Amino acid sequence: MAATPSQRLNWIRAGGTGEFRLRDLLSFRWAAIAVILVGWFVYYPIVDNFIVSTTDEDIFTGEVTDVGLANYQRLFEDPVVWTALWNNFLYAVISVVFQVFGAFLLAALIEGLDSERMRRFWRAVYFVPSAISITVTGLLFYFIYQPEIGLLDALLRGIGLDALARPWLGDERTAIYAIIAMSQWQGFGYSTLLFAVAIQKIPRELYDAAIIDGAGPLRRLWNVTFPLTREMTGLMIIITVTGAFQVFNEVMVMTEGGPNNSSQVLGTWLYQQAFSENNFGYGAAIAAVIFVVTLLTGTAQLIYTRRRRVQL
Amino acid sequence: MTAAVLVAEAPRERNVWGVIAKTFVQAFLICLGIVVLYPLLWMAFSGFKNNAQIFGNPFALPEVWAWGNYLQAWNQGVRNYITISLLVTVASGICTVLVSAWTAYGLTRTRMPAKPLVVGFVLGGLMLSPTVAVIPLVKMMQALGLYNTYWALIVLYTAFRIPFSTFLIRAYMLDLPRDVDEAARIDGATESQIFWKITMPLCRPIIVSCMVLHTLFAWNEYLFAMIFSGAQQTLPVGLTSIMAKHGTNYAVVFAAMTISALPIVLVFFAAQRYFIRGLSEGIGK
Repeated sequence: MAATPSQRLNWIRAGGTGEFRLRDLLSFRWAAIAVILVGWFVYYPIVDNFIVSTTDEDIFTGEVTDVGLANYQRLFEDPVVWTALWNNFLYAVISVVFQVFGAFLLAALIEGLDSERMRRFWRAVYFVPSAISITVTGLLFYFIYQPEIGLLDALLRGIGLDALARPWLGDERTAIYAIIAMSQWQGFGYSTLLFAVAIQKIPRELYDAAIIDGAGPLRRLWNVTFPLTREMTGLMIIITVTGAFQVFNEVMVMTEGGPNNSSQVLGTWLYQQAFSENNFGYGAAIAAVIFVVTLLTGTAQLIYTRRRRVQL
Repeated sequence: MTAAVLVAEAPRERNVWGVIAKTFVQAFLICLGIVVLYPLLWMAFSGFKNNAQIFGNPFALPEVWAWGNYLQAWNQGVRNYITISLLVTVASGICTVLVSAWTAYGLTRTRMPAKPLVVGFVLGGLMLSPTVAVIPLVKMMQALGLYNTYWALIVLYTAFRIPFSTFLIRAYMLDLPRDVDEAARIDGATESQIFWKITMPLCRPIIVSCMVLHTLFAWNEYLFAMIFSGAQQTLPVGLTSIMAKHGTNYAVVFAAMTISALPIVLVFFAAQRYFIRGLSEGIGK
């Protein structure tokens, strides 16, 4: 009995026979390494972190005692945790303003240029800092903010604003803002690039129609560009907020959380508690806070992308 | 193609205000460009100066181009840091892309049971951050004997980047036509032949994107590198060591910073297209 090609194809698709699906099971091998690596090094440590957070380890004897929720209680009484949370929050708000809305406007300006060569040029120029490691940019701005050799104070004195010149990172009032400013300098080109890609996907006809309707540039920005990149805006807000609560590198390089813990963020406070003070249990409790926040934003992202897919 | 989105106008609007607005936009873009590029140029130029010049006038160009600072930075550690960084970046990049491509193939081309579960598990890893895992990982790496070696970084960079790379490659494979592999299957090709000879070549663009994005990540990563690499420091960590050792010899520090920033900037300009594809597919699919 000769099978038609399509019957044959179905038979092959079904894995040989109707019942015996050994081949199906064997196809797990394709995903096995990923599942093992991700399970072992990404998921398991998160679970373990919660266990560690309920313990206290004596580093001299190596003795581990179960302390229940004491480490979490300590979180509420630790003023530095509140400073850190506030700094993370500041980081999130300022980054959303500059790296989401600022970047959106900038992308619209760039995509509005006549020459494709100039558009490509500016996108690339603004992206350059994002390609460089935060350690390099952090050190660079550490020098820029330096009162003796730094560019910023030299510039301020040069234009007669001597009163504003100060050791930006050495001042409790300005340290965290100086760090956040560096982060904006580094990151805005990245989101501008993403917004530019989103704007490019908007059909040209919509703009032509708007022009025929007599809409000026600002109306087109508000009524065409903005609504049609809203998905990207939403996603960027979520991603930026998530990133703001995981900040570590730039603070570590520029101030290590100082002076007097004024620029501490959750990540650096975790690091100092766990690795400088050897309070692994308490460090793990701080990690749990970061976990909860990023889980919330991550879930928001998931729901957001899901909903979007249904709409499409 | 997208010209005239904002500023350029239909003839009626091509008036004085249009010209003024255009000039304004140009001026703004140029100013912003200076704010972005000037600090980087300052960094590179300061690497050519001596301390007296650095303290003298920060805006001046180097009087004498002291290449010696760059040589000194290179010889006093940067060479070793770059070697380790290259090794870690390339090794973890290849592992990540291979494992992710395998996984994506299994998830899109086989009759693997419980696929949604596997997809959820692997891509769910995207939501988990390295910061949260770092304390338990220290103990784990100590137990595995990988603590204070670059092997820890290779393993961790691979594990933590598999979710994102799998996400990218899977999305790409979902859109690829299946007729070719069906035909090859009928002709008796094995799964691994189909994977290597048909699917992988078709996925080349996204594989390159993944590799480029992974390079950006691994070359610049700091938290894991600082905690796990011990004496085998990667560039970002090595830079802070140079800073600690030569903190007063600013020019050498500037030179070291410039050397470590340069490769990745060159990679970006060389592979811009793949970069942008990876970024935009990863986020806005």
